[in-house]
Amino acid sequence: MDIRIVGVSKAFGRTGALRGLDLEISAGELIALLGPSGSGKTTLLRVIAGLEFPDTGQVYFGNEDATGLAVQERQIGFVFQHYALFKHMTVFDNIAYGLRVRRRGTATEIAARVGELLELVQLTDFAARHPRQLSGGQRQRVALARALAVDPRVLLLDEPFGALDAKIRRDLRRWLRELHDRTGHTTVFVTHDQEEAIELADRVAILNGGRIEQVGTADDIYDRPATAFVMSFVGDTSAIPVGFDGHRPSFEGRAFDTCLLGPHRGPGLFYVRPRDVEVTAPEAAAITGKVRTVHRTATGLRTQISPGTTDTLIEIELDSSAKVKAGSQVGLRFLRGRLFGVRG
Amino acid sequence: MSKRLVSKRPVPPPTAATERPVTRLCLTAVALAFLALFLVLPVIVVFSEALAKGVTVYLETFDDPDARAAIELTLLVVAIAVPLNLVFGVAASWAIAKFEFRGKSLLITLIDLPFSVSPVVSGLIYVLLFGSQGLFGPWLEAHDIKILFALPGIVLATMFVTFPFVARELIPLMQEQGSLDEEAALTLGARGFRIFFTITLPNVAWGLLYGVLLCTARAMGEFGAVSVVSGHIRGVTDTMPLHVEILYNEYNFVAAFAMASLLTLMAVVTLAAKTVLEMHYGDALARTTRI
Repeated sequence: MDIRIVGVSKAFGRTGALRGLDLEISAGELIALLGPSGSGKTTLLRVIAGLEFPDTGQVYFGNEDATGLAVQERQIGFVFQHYALFKHMTVFDNIAYGLRVRRRGTATEIAARVGELLELVQLTDFAARHPRQLSGGQRQRVALARALAVDPRVLLLDEPFGALDAKIRRDLRRWLRELHDRTGHTTVFVTHDQEEAIELADRVAILNGGRIEQVGTADDIYDRPATAFVMSFVGDTSAIPVGFDGHRPSFEGRAFDTCLLGPHRGPGLFYVRPRDVEVTAPEAAAITGKVRTVHRTATGLRTQISPGTTDTLIEIELDSSAKVKAGSQVGLRFLRGRLFGVRG
Repeated sequence: MSKRLVSKRPVPPPTAATERPVTRLCLTAVALAFLALFLVLPVIVVFSEALAKGVTVYLETFDDPDARAAIELTLLVVAIAVPLNLVFGVAASWAIAKFEFRGKSLLITLIDLPFSVSPVVSGLIYVLLFGSQGLFGPWLEAHDIKILFALPGIVLATMFVTFPFVARELIPLMQEQGSLDEEAALTLGARGFRIFFTITLPNVAWGLLYGVLLCTARAMGEFGAVSVVSGHIRGVTDTMPLHVEILYNEYNFVAAFAMASLLTLMAVVTLAAKTVLEMHYGDALARTTRI
């Protein structure tokens, strides 16, 4: 089921509002809505579900205008952040709830369908348990089975792994990907974890301030960020203000050589990834900086350097053998970076 | 080396919750003495006075038709007032906890009003409304409808006084639980009443039961408000607490305390029921508030 969101706006107190947002989701796709808190990603998910109604704009399910449809009529599956399992019901009754409400067959048929779903989420032996007797990961899977029970046209997940610890999170992530590949539901999930979005999703939509900044594959958003926000939000970056002399960017009046990515040529902010900066001897370098801090990490050294006379900090990754001391003066060479004009 | 470490293991420093044994003993003794003096002793007195002339006399006091009428009237009032307050209380808490609307804080304050107003005033309100000199008095008289000095007045006064019990119990519970479960049911295709009966109600069942128990206990024992509206017609509009007073004023101590012992017994049963429920379903009770 294709989903099209056209010019959707939704005003809310202060955060989580949507401002004229467009998004197309293709059938069978697994797409992540990624953004900082208050960017509107959960609101967008709830608008698709029909739990919130937009002030303006349309939501299409296929060719059907679903904007005015009540949540019960949209036939969606929704997995809540904290699962919202019915505490007083067994796992079986939780999963059967939607089937019973929608009168999907006789008691035996419903039992058979619930059995299938329990098998799908590998919880066959847990049918008679109550939610409180399950671990976080198991609750998550019950919530998923419950959402899948009614054959949803689209599966919506709100921070599906937010409440789980790191190991279970990774396992469930892989499992959800496999499940998606097997069942082929159009799936939209919200996350604030970029690693999760990039690993799990076919495409990632990056939201900021109620708008979509970029939609694309992991490669697109990491290697070809459309905006300064995407550049700085996905992966580590540092930025310095630069001028432009027609060929090369310049920092504090001194032009420097670098491989410029992206379309923008002109003054603005120069963004660079930590692994794209080299430390050289200060004498011959166009840009020098003072080493502020040096930390040992699992893989090497991480140092913060303030270039020129600024207080801006540039993050750099170095080999553990590098001889860099806090307080010393070093030269900086930017292998590649990306220029963005300053907004407004 | 290790030996020295073990031998020098320090005594754990006193925490905020640890007091010296003497202090603990004194505090416990004070609390127990207070309970004995103000709660246990009166209960003992009630039963000893009631049984002062033996069990036979005690039981005979209930053979009196007026006493019977008082008991029946009280049970009837409870049977009407409690279910109505149950419905109103659930409706009010549902509205307050799940929806945003204008005047919500005013409604919350109003629900608490019966707690802060003297029961006598609560009764007086109905006299001013339905009495022969009252606002609707002449109209009621013209249509031959009796509210004051009759069952409707007693039920109204009782309902007014006991209204907060169910709502007060449910509002914090429902607010804490939020609407997530209801939203989940919505996405599964359920609608209003189905969600209410399959999700919302089971989620607050224990709190509701507790509220109903308290409401019942209070409805049985209400004196002030009922006293104003009942008219004290023996055998007709006398409830149990009112009957106790009448008997006492007639120096019929055994009968008065016998009736009082019945009220006390009902209160004890209510409390016992609550304790048993908490013992057996304590986890279930806690569960409805958490997870």
